[in-house]
Amino acid sequence: MTEIAIPRLKLEHIYKSFPGVQAVSDVSLNVYGHQILALVGENGAGKSTLMNIVNGVVPLDSGKIYLDGQLVSIPSPRRALELGITMIHQELALIPELTVGQNIFLGREPRRWGIGVDWKRLYAQAQRELDRLGIEVSAQATIADLSIAQRQLVEIAKALSYNARLIALDEPTSSLTSRETDTLFRLVRSLREEGVALIYISHRLEEVFELADRIAVMRDGHLVAVGNASEFTPAEVVRLMVGRELAEFFPKVPAKRGEPVLKAVNLKAGREVRGVSLELHRGEIVGLAGLVGSGRTNVARLLFGADRLEGGEIWFEGRQVHLRSPQDAIRLGIGLVPEDRKAQGLFAGQSVRYNAGAGLIQRLSRWGFIRFQAVNRIVRELVERLRVRTPHLNQKVRNLSGGNQQKVIIARWLGLNPRVLILDEPTRGVDVGAKAEIHALMSELAAQGMAILMISSELPEILGVSDRILVMREGRIVAELSREEATQDRIMQAATGQL
Amino acid sequence: MLNGNHSSSFISFLRRTSTYLILLVILVWFALLSPEFLTVGNLLTIALQTSLVALVAIGMTLTIITGGIDLSVGSVAALSGALAAGLATRGGLGTYPGLLIGLLTGLGMGFLNGAMIVWGRIPPFVATLASMAIARGLTLVYTQGRPIAGLDKTFTFWGGQGALGIPVPVWVLIVVAFLAYFLLKHTPLGLHIYAVGGGEETTRLAGVNVGLVKFSVYLISGLCAALSGLILTARLWSAQPNIGVGLELDAIAAAVLGGTSLAGGVGGIPGTLAGAFIIGVLSNGLNLLEMPSYNQQVVKGMVFILAVMLDYFIKQRQAKPKGNPAD
Ligand SMILES: Nc1ncnc2c1ncn2[C@@H]1O[C@H](COP(=O)(O)OP(=O)(O)OP(=O)(O)O)[C@@H](O)[C@H]1O
Ligand SMILES: [Mg+2]
Repeated sequence: MTEIAIPRLKLEHIYKSFPGVQAVSDVSLNVYGHQILALVGENGAGKSTLMNIVNGVVPLDSGKIYLDGQLVSIPSPRRALELGITMIHQELALIPELTVGQNIFLGREPRRWGIGVDWKRLYAQAQRELDRLGIEVSAQATIADLSIAQRQLVEIAKALSYNARLIALDEPTSSLTSRETDTLFRLVRSLREEGVALIYISHRLEEVFELADRIAVMRDGHLVAVGNASEFTPAEVVRLMVGRELAEFFPKVPAKRGEPVLKAVNLKAGREVRGVSLELHRGEIVGLAGLVGSGRTNVARLLFGADRLEGGEIWFEGRQVHLRSPQDAIRLGIGLVPEDRKAQGLFAGQSVRYNAGAGLIQRLSRWGFIRFQAVNRIVRELVERLRVRTPHLNQKVRNLSGGNQQKVIIARWLGLNPRVLILDEPTRGVDVGAKAEIHALMSELAAQGMAILMISSELPEILGVSDRILVMREGRIVAELSREEATQDRIMQAATGQL
Repeated sequence: MLNGNHSSSFISFLRRTSTYLILLVILVWFALLSPEFLTVGNLLTIALQTSLVALVAIGMTLTIITGGIDLSVGSVAALSGALAAGLATRGGLGTYPGLLIGLLTGLGMGFLNGAMIVWGRIPPFVATLASMAIARGLTLVYTQGRPIAGLDKTFTFWGGQGALGIPVPVWVLIVVAFLAYFLLKHTPLGLHIYAVGGGEETTRLAGVNVGLVKFSVYLISGLCAALSGLILTARLWSAQPNIGVGLELDAIAAAVLGGTSLAGGVGGIPGTLAGAFIIGVLSNGLNLLEMPSYNQQVVKGMVFILAVMLDYFIKQRQAKPKGNPAD
């Protein structure tokens, strides 16, 4: 192919720093049409920053960008779109108050009589776009009414609808389950056939090796390796990312199952939860698997008192409890790391210290005064343990990379040391090293007697961490598998109902 | 579509219509209590009185939807009225150039607000608080604190009786409301106004010139304030340096009563009009019932709180957890 000769995108000596951080340092990289380039690296390595530079979201400090051989400057997202460059952002970038169609065509609405928006055409086009991609969402639906996975799909539809020449996908699968991921992969491959240049950022190495033609590895803002995918092994990529040998997997310590702590009997709420019973014991990690939309998150929220129960009972340490609010749950010692960190978990404008320590403050107060030293000590410990990459504890969480934000929320709950911890997609967007660290921490906490319920759409994670696995489908628990019985196939069969 | 069950669709019906229901309740209530209330003459009076607040509230609604606010409207109304009246009479420019300059004054103050907010990155609350003081100050300097009288018929026409027995200010309101409604619901700018309030960064990423959107709403708000000031001047047959004090609060109240969220991203013209009429009807009705004006303020404040609480209550009932709704 002649097109290979001139790179679609050529980056030369790109530098970018933020106060206290050299986010991107001397990166030179070629991206070609008809190819998928996977960009990998630890949390905070600079992947998103590099893509944001190419998309005109953040200005570069120095360096040159060539597009199809032409030197270009990309001062704004608008310019990037004009040049045929678009991006699916790591943090969902949709406006909750607007409809799907309005979001997709924001900034380029079809006109009527020159001044008015042609709503009919807008919705028809948006619906066609969604249908083409096999996304079962109405163009007229309001974003706020959609689930996270549906939003992610809308975001993908939006990016693809620009007919761009260069598309960056920043962790597009982090909230998708296998079915939607398959849809996405199909789309990405067909775009490659059409000649689009694709940059694919992911922490899931299986995906990287499944999709990518080339792999580029970043570490501490530098590009440390780039080459054809066939030249790498997963272990090598990990070593390049982390810069050292990673003790592959922490051996799972089988749990000593203690007495039951939390028992749910026939929970019901709306159409999402239609009679769920489960029991959590001290010392065990229970994995909750299922497709997106099967009601897993709803169960978690019910157990945390965040939603109202329409039927059923919750028992905590042998007593029936009525959770009227998350406060009630926290008082009993039940914690929840929510799925949507941006909306439900973080105080984005506050510091790392504040976010990680928020839960500790009550516990560590004496006579109404916060014992800051104690809070600081614990926060520092957790931040080091989870390897949160931040210049200092006073950094605003908003300025951390996506994966590091996730670590901060987890740190908050781990610091609280609850008796029951519910984690909803805890390692979404977290790099391999930190993921292993989080898993190890979970095992350790379980061994100390905590009961853990973990929701995850990543089957390897479910299989690797859980002592026992529950599978949900359409609001019910349809299978319970022991660690020994469980396989990816058995879980998927139960989750999709093809038993 | 998603929450298809019975109670939630009723709640969402309430949500959409609560402002109008409150207006209806108040109308019925006054109609029962006072025989003069439901006469054509009185209703036109209400419309006339409300039009001043409503005009300003329309501009205010746009700024609030973007997540901003415009506190300068009352002062801008006064400044526009004073400059127009002054230039038309003792300035010797004549009525139409005077009115034109009045409108340009509104645009100018809107531009100042936009510049401070967009270029200066000053929070809208602070920026417009400053221009509120500046505009009021300029008005007092220009008028020396004294009224400017001697307006001719072409000027006072704008405050008087118009076609079909409907006052001219009401016609102006109808036209402006229609234009604003069209702007919000049917133009790209309107969509972008909602988008900026819903997520500024996201809007920027979509390639929208966010600065321009913000500039537009403050220009429009300034223009609306000027219109209101000119009309009030015309109605009073003179420019008064201290008109429009507290107008911004009435306008904000109207917008909020009408369902516009101070957090941005939500709101609309019909709701704001209903909100303005709730305020107008309340004043008028309480006057007819001969309630002392001090007491009226207390009642208005209470109605305001009740309405907002009702709105909040309904919203809360409607807010469903956004977990993973079953497909
Ligand atoms: N606006 C900002 N202000 C300050 N620092 C920032 C800002 N944006 C990014 N950074 C810092 O730059 C570094 C690189 O961040 P970036 O988001 O590019 O990482 P990433 O490789 O995408 O990580 P992840 O896998 O977690 O998404 C991080 O240390 C981050 O804290
Ligand atoms: Mg990132």
